Amino acid sequence: MSTTDEAPATPDVQYGAPAAAFRALERARPPLPRFRSPVRGPWLTSVFAAVLLVGMPVLLVTGFLSYAAYDPQFAENAFPRDPGLLRLPHFDWPTSPSWLYRVNQGVHVGLGLALVPVVLAKLWSVLPKLFQWPPARSVAQVLERVSLLLLVGSILFELVTGVFNIQYDYVWKFDFYTAHYYGAWVFLVSFALHVALKLPTMRHALRTRSLREELRVDRAHTVPEEQDGTGLVAEDPAEPTISRRGVLGLVGAGSLAVTAVSVGETLGDAVRPTALLSVRGQSYGDGPNDFQVNRTAGVAGIRPDMVDGTWRLLLRGGPREVSLSRDDLLAMEQHTAELPIACVEGWSTVQTWTGVRLRDLLALTGLDGLDSAQVRSLEPAGAFNQTTLHDGQVRADDALLALRVNGADLSMDHGFPARVIVPALPGVRNTKWVRSIDFRA
Amino acid sequence: MSALRPRGFVRTYGSGPLHLLGLLLTFAVAGYAALKVYDDPVWWRYALWYVGAALVHDLVLAPAYGALDRLVQPLLGRRRRADPGDVNYVRVPAVLSGLLLLVFGASILERGEPAFTPASGLTQDPFLERWLLITAVLFAASALLYALRGRRRA
Repeated sequence: MSTTDEAPATPDVQYGAPAAAFRALERARPPLPRFRSPVRGPWLTSVFAAVLLVGMPVLLVTGFLSYAAYDPQFAENAFPRDPGLLRLPHFDWPTSPSWLYRVNQGVHVGLGLALVPVVLAKLWSVLPKLFQWPPARSVAQVLERVSLLLLVGSILFELVTGVFNIQYDYVWKFDFYTAHYYGAWVFLVSFALHVALKLPTMRHALRTRSLREELRVDRAHTVPEEQDGTGLVAEDPAEPTISRRGVLGLVGAGSLAVTAVSVGETLGDAVRPTALLSVRGQSYGDGPNDFQVNRTAGVAGIRPDMVDGTWRLLLRGGPREVSLSRDDLLAMEQHTAELPIACVEGWSTVQTWTGVRLRDLLALTGLDGLDSAQVRSLEPAGAFNQTTLHDGQVRADDALLALRVNGADLSMDHGFPARVIVPALPGVRNTKWVRSIDFRA
Repeated sequence: MSALRPRGFVRTYGSGPLHLLGLLLTFAVAGYAALKVYDDPVWWRYALWYVGAALVHDLVLAPAYGALDRLVQPLLGRRRRADPGDVNYVRVPAVLSGLLLLVFGASILERGEPAFTPASGLTQDPFLERWLLITAVLFAASALLYALRGRRRA
């Protein structure tokens, strides 16, 4: 494949069919803004492009893995419900290592935030192309422009929905999972196309100067890049007010700043307060139950009378239905495990949980084989008042119906009288205020 | 001209057939994703935010920061012994502070609080003050560097 603008402009400009229309378009030039920055140019754009060429695939992979971590092979776990042809191959999400989802989501959200300034810088660097005249000289260029609209639209859409979602600003009033998933597909294909079309241009531009030498050039010695017909280099450049290394440093400092004020939410409770601008950088206190709450008992509609001495856990699906009180559960063999709660929003916290192994509960039902188990909460409504676990998640050594955390009873907000905690499971699937477990052979 | 780029096709279309194939594939997948979103009764909200994000960036955000930058430069350039690079003592803290506002604005302006407080039991109260403090520290550090540089030069 070749790009439509990698070759330098030639005096005998070629027009695709219908040539008369494209010539007329070129003559109908409206007044357009001029761009005079002396540091814009294909080399600088390509440096940002190279960073995004590494970063964006990581964002895409961790994003799609996060979708897989919900185990969408069970329809009730799938968000969005039915992606049709855009369904990813189904597999059982692993339970080991227990930090798998924590790291996946920490990277997805942390890298997504850190790449915001790089995306903005990349868009700034190619801004003259948006106002280039004529916008196209052939059908090929028209279509390529449309594909760029998809590319820029989708990356901004993904960043905006992601950034707003982690701050609980649901101003758009649509489903985040649906938006972020389909947006990711549009980004994936338009990004792949863009790379296929522009990779040679990027490689060529990166070879025009050496990064190491460019980092030694101060503002006073900064000169525009060679005119190359891409329309990025200003024809009438202003006096430089910043060097190229200054621009790169500023973008890098932006990434560092965004990371510095948020990464503590992912790294753990000891450094959480360093996340100055992250809503999940806040501390709850020093008690055994003082860690991040995703959904309070109040908003979930859990009243004290629903979880008092009359509460029973129902185990269904086997030859016999089993009903257990909290005391019955406490009388069973207790197992303790240190496991993270890791949210799709990127924050996580590791706590020490104690309770009954899920596989011990399965054994009580007398069921032989197992395909999956649907855990239901007392929570009357809400997309996550149930989840379905696969066989491996029920049988994992550290998969618990937790009754206690850090040596104390679970608090109401953390799911009293009992909650699920399974290694490597997305936080929201660790169902709180468990009412029943339906085992399916 | 290679077999992959038949001359007549290239002259008419403007590039090779693979170029067209790649674009059509992209449009097909994007179109299918759009169809799936169309199943949602509020599909127009997705479209609004999709198009809006690009338009707001290209036609509001980018021109606005460009105009701000051009506004600040002559203010600093009027002083005696002005260095064209001096603008960076304002530009760098302003860019970093603006970036933090752009990324964390929903919390700084407490826009997420109606959903965040019931969910977590926490508020978004601390963030405006923290952002203002970070901004003050950035500008103060920049002013200090400027003063030190001025003394070195004098």
